[in-house]
Amino acid sequence: MKCDFCDKKATVFLTQLVEGQMKKVCLCDACAKERGVTDPTGFSLADLLLGGMAAGKGSVTTAKTAVAAGGGRRCPSCGFTLDDLRRVRRFGCSDCYATFGEEVSQMLRGLHKGTSHIGKVPDGLMARQVLNQRLEELRSRLDQAVSSESYEEAAGIRDEIRNIELGAKA
Amino acid sequence: MMRFSTLIKNPADWMTGGQGEHGAVLTSRIRLARNLRGHPFPGWAKRDQRAAALELIQPAVEALPPMKDAFSQQLGSLNPVQKQVLVERHLISREHAARGDGSAAVIERRQTFSLMINEEDHLRMQAIRPGLQLTAAFNALSALDSELEKSLEFAFDPSLGYLTTCPTNLGTGLRASAMLHLPALVLSDQIGQILQAVSKIGLAVRGLYGEGTESLGNLYQISNQSTLGESEETIIRRLERVIAEVAVHESNAREKLLEDDPAMVADKIGRAYGTLRHAHLIESKEALNHLSILRLGGCVGVFPPETVMLCDSLLMDIQPAHLQLHSGRKLSPEERDSIRAEIVRSRLLSLHSPDNRSTSHEPKPVPDPHNHPGDA
Ligand SMILES: [Zn+2]
Ligand SMILES: [Zn+2]
Repeated sequence: MKCDFCDKKATVFLTQLVEGQMKKVCLCDACAKERGVTDPTGFSLADLLLGGMAAGKGSVTTAKTAVAAGGGRRCPSCGFTLDDLRRVRRFGCSDCYATFGEEVSQMLRGLHKGTSHIGKVPDGLMARQVLNQRLEELRSRLDQAVSSESYEEAAGIRDEIRNIELGAKA
Repeated sequence: MMRFSTLIKNPADWMTGGQGEHGAVLTSRIRLARNLRGHPFPGWAKRDQRAAALELIQPAVEALPPMKDAFSQQLGSLNPVQKQVLVERHLISREHAARGDGSAAVIERRQTFSLMINEEDHLRMQAIRPGLQLTAAFNALSALDSELEKSLEFAFDPSLGYLTTCPTNLGTGLRASAMLHLPALVLSDQIGQILQAVSKIGLAVRGLYGEGTESLGNLYQISNQSTLGESEETIIRRLERVIAEVAVHESNAREKLLEDDPAMVADKIGRAYGTLRHAHLIESKEALNHLSILRLGGCVGVFPPETVMLCDSLLMDIQPAHLQLHSGRKLSPEERDSIRAEIVRSRLLSLHSPDNRSTSHEPKPVPDPHNHPGDA
């Protein structure tokens, strides 16, 4: 098989899911090195396909498969698959940690002193979480108030909810 | 905005201030890894997604009060020598230097803060201080981080902490490290033992230059490995305690060497001095090793205390990219060796020949109160 970027013999073959489509790229040694393909941290197949190919021959084989058959789960936010995770031992986005929760717990075994965070928490995030909790509380009280037909109380709770929401936007 | 030449013109304070802890600790560094919520990590992001993250982060970083008039450039706009100079100064990582547009470096004027955008994580922030000052460096960087989170929403999970590309950085995202100069522990063959003890308690040790266990210039870096399950304070306190202990061991080893084998020490220092003062071609490896011994001479009072600073800035300035920048053109290895020797000779011009009397282990009056109290 020939390299997709020049006509030399291809020695590196890559398959990845990019935006829900299976993409395959074949590269020779020189082109693979030049594009940083051999370094799993410095390379993104998406870039290679969307950017680099324009200058090359552009003969990417495309197979329309929604989810890689053996790839299993896939992050709904960024498209990263379980196969990708097993290959590079890194994640595609912060939501991947929820998508691959089981694998995360496996990976964390013995990696650090502990398995749950102790330490700094972003201030803004804390404030947001406290507010969200408060809102949840108020909303369930509102439901109760409405179902027990205490409309005066419900109106008061609604005002409070509105104030919090306005404050959060400011 | 600050130009590259202005940024690099002067040595940073942290490069020449490492005289605390008996001169054994050159610098303390803190690194924090952060990522944006809702953006794919740089290694997985497509070009436009990476650009979008950069467009959010770079202005936010530039707007931080300490980063006023900072150096701020995309990597694609720097040439290979400029990038390599930043690597040699520990201002960006080797991996970051390999990147182009879509990644950027923002470096504070005095080079005490440097921020890499779209490295392995969206944001890698670093603070450097001279000597053993991990706590001070962390407090400064954490304040910067808190300021930044007012304008950027970082990916954070209550149970996993700050979410990073690689699970090895999860939690605090904190890497704390110190660079140590341990010539006496090497000369007295105790270094292996010490490093083993350090790595046994879960800290990472590596030679600063050279492969594997070999270390050129007797320079070592000690850092934490675990980032999850302990607070930043706990991690840093343990590191500071261990590093201070290693520094005491080094100081004791120096005293013992001078007592047991003063001729050997005087010979090593004399030969290092002779070579550095008179060489016309010197390879980086040889220069590093001799500078290390010269620095030791400065620490134990054979040379005036300011010799330590002189050596520290030379350690930086004799590296390949610094030499190329200095001479303004690409240099062959032979030319590098020649220019390296020339720089070393000229800087040491006013350094007098080592005085044998002072190695006879008599406490000398030392003007700098921070300097090697262990010798007194
Ligand atoms: Zn090719
Ligand atoms: Zn994801």
